[in-house]
Amino acid sequence: MIRVVLPAHLRTLAHVDGEVKLHVEGQTTQRSVLDALEACYPMLRGTIRDHVTHARRPFVRFFACEQDLSHEPADAPLPDAVATGAEPLLVVGAMAGG
Amino acid sequence: MSGVRVLVGTRKGAFVLTSDGKRERWDVSGPHFGGWEIYHLKGSPADPNRLYASQSTSWFGQMIQRSNDGGKTWETVGNKFVYDGVPGTHLWYDGTPRPWEFARVWHLEPSLTEPDTVYAGVQDAALFRSTDGGHTWQELPGLRGHPSAPSWQPGAGGLCLHTILLDPSHPGRIFIAISAAGVFRTDDAGKTWRPMNRGLRSEQIPDPSAEVGHCVHRIAMHRSRPSVLFMQKHWDVMRSDDAGESWREISGNLPTDFGFPIDVHAHEPDTIYVVPIKSDSEHYLPDGKLRVYRSRTGGHEWEALTKGLPQRDCYVNVLRDAMAVDSLDPCGVYFGTTGGQVYVSADAGDNWAAIVRDLPSVVSVEVQTLR
Repeated sequence: MIRVVLPAHLRTLAHVDGEVKLHVEGQTTQRSVLDALEACYPMLRGTIRDHVTHARRPFVRFFACEQDLSHEPADAPLPDAVATGAEPLLVVGAMAGG
Repeated sequence: MSGVRVLVGTRKGAFVLTSDGKRERWDVSGPHFGGWEIYHLKGSPADPNRLYASQSTSWFGQMIQRSNDGGKTWETVGNKFVYDGVPGTHLWYDGTPRPWEFARVWHLEPSLTEPDTVYAGVQDAALFRSTDGGHTWQELPGLRGHPSAPSWQPGAGGLCLHTILLDPSHPGRIFIAISAAGVFRTDDAGKTWRPMNRGLRSEQIPDPSAEVGHCVHRIAMHRSRPSVLFMQKHWDVMRSDDAGESWREISGNLPTDFGFPIDVHAHEPDTIYVVPIKSDSEHYLPDGKLRVYRSRTGGHEWEALTKGLPQRDCYVNVLRDAMAVDSLDPCGVYFGTTGGQVYVSADAGDNWAAIVRDLPSVVSVEVQTLR
């Protein structure tokens, strides 16, 4: 199972506490994980990536294994530790005031 | 037993304020959607328990929430706002072309007759409609297809479609207003649109009396007389007696004619309300006094309404969607401030009291009269 940690606002929106656990078909990539996440939680569509282009929203970042994966290609394999469930993929809202 | 439900959108969540017909004691529920900007909430005239809310943040974008029980519970519905066809460009602040890009929903206007039909005015300016209770949204592309659209440019808040007025007497007639393009009207349910800005004069644009390009802040109508419209423009308070075909100034003796909201008394079509703001470069009240101005003559002659409102050291603003009226008798008038106060007058503006004083900055106020 893939583990995903969502920011607080998206946990509220999806009505989940703590980590989300997902079954991902095929290779574990940003795209396949987000596809699985949005399939389980349709209310998250459009909140992390654009509905149509699937571009990451500007104030959202992807971290895992102490690395910033935000600018990796959507179809690049995620680290093995994420694919095996040893480490979570962190979806992070950019730090900003307001 | 009659009562009112006041729907308040703020920078950090929504609040629902309820009272009986006396409008003296209030229950406050919220924050709903805490931490999110709530640009607007509005109830269906056809089913008062059906509410729609526009929820957004810069981080995670736009959500639409729907309630079927008057705001006790909410469900997330559709947030896919995709422009029809190739979006094209409008003008940016510096006058260069910029592709249309969806940012947020400014205003939700439920149908007068169908609870599942609701219109959304969005930034960058376009009009969308849902006929399935907010699950899916389709643009009415005729508006953005108007030949003037490539020349539209944003006001300070963005290129936003912020006002939607549904004409109760003429099926298919809708008025919308865009900052800073102006007023447009359709008579065929959104297929074709005409600019309705004759008589407006704006010194901030190259041709002050241009057909399109005016920063209209808000328009209002009385449902018994929908051919009469009132407008708070960037500067100037205006009136049209011919469904927007022409406008004339009615600023009269106002201390300043800059402001954002304008609204009409529920039972007196010539009684209107504005909140003058010092200037476009100083978005706060003149002289530190919170004064609503009322005209009982359809404009020109205005009186300051001050009883119960702070008359010193007050420098808040009242935004364009943050004033509303109920339909009780006497008519109740409501407004919210950027300082987080929501005020009510249960006697058409003569006396005011704060319902709440310390909410987050108020963006919008709507009222439902419950019978």
